[in-house]
Amino acid sequence: MPVEYQTHEHDVIVIGAGGAGLRAAIEASASGASVGLVCKSLLGKAHTVMAEGGIAAALANVDNRDNWKVHFADTMRGGQYVNNWRMAELHAREAPDRVRELEKWGAVFDRTPDGKILQRNFGGHKYPRLAHVGDRTGLELIRTLQDHGVHQGINVYMERTVIRLLKDGDRIAGALAYDRERGRWTVFRAKAIVLATGGIGKAYKITSNSWEYTGDGHTLAYDAGAELIDMEFVQFHPTGMVWPPSVRGILVTEGVRGEGGVLRNSKGDRFMFGDIPENYKPQTAKDQEEGFRYVLGDKEANRPPELLTRDHVARCIVREVREGRGSPHGGVFLELQTFAEWFGKKNPKFNAAEHWKKKLPSMYHQFKELGGLDITKEAMEVGPTTHYMMGGVRVDSDSQMSRIPGLFACGECAAGINGANRLGGNSLSDLLVLGKRAGEFAAEYAKKQNASGAIHADQVDGAAKTALEPFDRATSESPFKVQEDLQEMMQDLVGIVRKEDEMVRALAGLKELRARAAKIQVTGNREYNPGWHTAMDLHNLLTVSEAVALAAIQRKESRGAQFRDDYPKKDNAKFGKVNSIIAKGANGEMQIKLEQLAPMPQELKDAIMAEGGGVLPDELK
Amino acid sequence: MPTTFRIWRGDATKGEFKDYTAEAGEGMVVLDAVHQIQATQAPDLACRWNCKAGKCGSCSAEINGMPKLMCMTRLDDLPPGETVIVEPMQAFPLVKDLVTDVSWNYEVKKRIKPFRPRKPDNADGTWKMAQEDADRVQEFRKCIECFLCQDVCHVLRDHHKHPEFIGPRFLVHVAQLEMNPLDTEDRIPELKEKQGIGYCNITKCCTKVCPEHITITDNAIIPLKERVVDQYYDPVMKLIQLVFKPRKKDELAETKPS
Ligand SMILES: Cc1cc2nc3c(=O)[nH]c(=O)nc-3n(C[C@H](O)[C@H](O)[C@H](O)COP(=O)(O)OP(=O)(O)OC[C@H]3O[C@@H](n4cnc5c(N)ncnc54)[C@H](O)[C@@H]3O)c2cc1C
Ligand code: SF4
Ligand code: SF4
Ligand code: FES
Repeated sequence: MPVEYQTHEHDVIVIGAGGAGLRAAIEASASGASVGLVCKSLLGKAHTVMAEGGIAAALANVDNRDNWKVHFADTMRGGQYVNNWRMAELHAREAPDRVRELEKWGAVFDRTPDGKILQRNFGGHKYPRLAHVGDRTGLELIRTLQDHGVHQGINVYMERTVIRLLKDGDRIAGALAYDRERGRWTVFRAKAIVLATGGIGKAYKITSNSWEYTGDGHTLAYDAGAELIDMEFVQFHPTGMVWPPSVRGILVTEGVRGEGGVLRNSKGDRFMFGDIPENYKPQTAKDQEEGFRYVLGDKEANRPPELLTRDHVARCIVREVREGRGSPHGGVFLELQTFAEWFGKKNPKFNAAEHWKKKLPSMYHQFKELGGLDITKEAMEVGPTTHYMMGGVRVDSDSQMSRIPGLFACGECAAGINGANRLGGNSLSDLLVLGKRAGEFAAEYAKKQNASGAIHADQVDGAAKTALEPFDRATSESPFKVQEDLQEMMQDLVGIVRKEDEMVRALAGLKELRARAAKIQVTGNREYNPGWHTAMDLHNLLTVSEAVALAAIQRKESRGAQFRDDYPKKDNAKFGKVNSIIAKGANGEMQIKLEQLAPMPQELKDAIMAEGGGVLPDELK
Repeated sequence: MPTTFRIWRGDATKGEFKDYTAEAGEGMVVLDAVHQIQATQAPDLACRWNCKAGKCGSCSAEINGMPKLMCMTRLDDLPPGETVIVEPMQAFPLVKDLVTDVSWNYEVKKRIKPFRPRKPDNADGTWKMAQEDADRVQEFRKCIECFLCQDVCHVLRDHHKHPEFIGPRFLVHVAQLEMNPLDTEDRIPELKEKQGIGYCNITKCCTKVCPEHITITDNAIIPLKERVVDQYYDPVMKLIQLVFKPRKKDELAETKPS
């Protein structure tokens, strides 16, 4: 008997209601398309809500030397030049308008003394560039978009999880979802679909990411025939909480370092001063004094080494811990007291406790309530946590369309803009800039279609029946246990420091886990059943994990977020101009190939040279 | 330390409390215990969560009778050795176990007139705003929409005035719009006639449960009531103005250009 399902039809269906999905939906709807917005959680609860530090945009409100070219050059340097340069260019050019637009829609950013949007320092950004609201910028962004969007007539379908994209021949035709509440099926029929499902952090044990980050969009696109790109580049944020165990991995915003926070090992050494990469030396402070002057906005000063890129800081922390100089619970110390003392000497009226509570309210709250620690007085313990996925669906730089006609992707589940490492703050701006573009082009694409593609009953039936199988099994594998074993394995074997033999073992391990996943049994009924939901997510986690391992093996060098113990150096000759591309082969096996990057136009090379002391990096020669 | 958790299991039609034992480790929060129980004993135990850090407002429940975020309630802050009672919010229809149907809140939001800014101050489409003005609005914009204040408010919880009263969460929302110095909309008539601000008798229960420490009553509701009083008569407000020294006549309204 065929499964029963409801149908909702719209010109454009957006899957995912974080910053990217909301921005896409707003744009598509503003251009006259009927839009359906589908998400796994309640509206306003997507990952975007957790973003803390800020949105990167060269508004030049705090330092008037900033402009899109500097932002572009910073983004490319951070990504070690394997970024899609066109996306990085569009992003840097359009981010300021996207931020201003938020103000028009009701966002209330922190202000400069002359009443403009305030901007703060962040790792890898040459000038103070992050528009922010204390350390709850993501909340401001998502709430602003959400409130604007619902008044624009977007149809929101909450707590519906898409498990399969439906095609009519080559083109996209719809998506199959179940609703979490009742476990019933819905087909969303559309002329164009935008994926905006976020990342894959739940493939790892220690992560700042929520249950939602199971690589759904990556897998939906891959299964439908799209390509994935840059999957080896998983960002480990240097500072997650490490203690108590139940909060391990929860993010400690880079804003702490941006406001003067200092990293120390158990010997009290400020170890970041001891390891500054060559290409960042000219931009890094020589001593504590200079670093702190930078924090205060002194234009002559360079940034403190704590604000080097995330990949580098994370590795330095791992090294300190491995070599026995870690904190009691396996991290290092991050403290605000050195800055407070230094500043207090210059400024006797300085009230450190008030200052930090105002600048970092949610960090204060988070440590106070979850860690029982007052950050204005005591040092935090921090260590790396899986944070962000640079890799994702390969899309056209201008329109965000994948190689499947009518299938678009934006936000964290799409890839290209960040290359080998994302700079902090560049995600929120990416969501806005490329999210808007995805919405715009999806609506335009939809307008050109006479009708939606046909929905083929066999696709719906096949996917729904597979999803229901675990209820009928007499086996006893637990979905939670399989997920946990996968997370541990990825953490150990395909984590921050990688080796060929370990990753080959991981690939074999993934095969075993897939076999176990096929034996999962689910108890209870279909109504709001987390065991069943977790079972369905496993296919996605297994798929993206395999893609990460495969791509990481292929790239036999260290670059950005990928650090190979067996190839600790960059190899520009072999890997400086290539991306790894993953797609499903004819036999259903995952296949990988390397592809040359498109040559960069001279204008953009000039921008990079201007910021690099007149020299062009090897990758671009 | 093994701890007993008495968790509500059931849906709209029937349900009961069930006891589970979870191992309480250092620093653990109630949500950790619920997850432990899910993974080992009750895989179909329903609850919502996302951030596990008090930022998303998904994991609202009632713990030992108090509306709280499960992810921010540490076990070592609860009475040691005693059973921890976890149940769903009472002001909304139950879906299953700890999950309630909060869709009403999203409908209410749609009915509130959106932000309508004055013309930009600068040629590039931007505005000038002082940090002090931003501060006032930012307090309200901290709201994570956990709906715990809605849950505790007797007007909704006991008197079920959902059709007539928007509840503290949305009074905060209206306050944030009304006090935004750039906004030009007038929401005061609806506030009185359709959104039921008069039902609030300033018990301050909402302020007490707000995990974001928003001073809902003093900073949002009372100033709004004052604006309503300017145009209409509100018995509770009248009383308050008689008993307490009247606040300086709406200082907030002055920041708003006419
Ligand atoms: C703690 C933290 C702090 C951060 N701080 C910053 C910062 O300061 N600055 C910055 O730039 N970046 C920051 N980031 C990164 C940034 O927040 C994320 O990369 C970004 O928010 C992702 O947005 P998105 O729109 O792509 O996805 P999300 O906001 O994660 O939204 C994904 C959406 O897709 C939906 N979804 C997923 N799968 C499915 C499915 N199968 N069916 C239906 N719906 C689905 C989800 O329900 C959700 O609505 C931070 C990240 C974290 C975790
Ligand atoms: S103060 Fe008003 S809104 Fe708050 S709980 Fe009491 S009656 Fe409800
Ligand atoms: S005002 Fe406070 S209690 Fe009410 S929904 Fe917002 S955060 Fe929750
Ligand atoms: S899980 Fe986000 S507030 Fe508790």
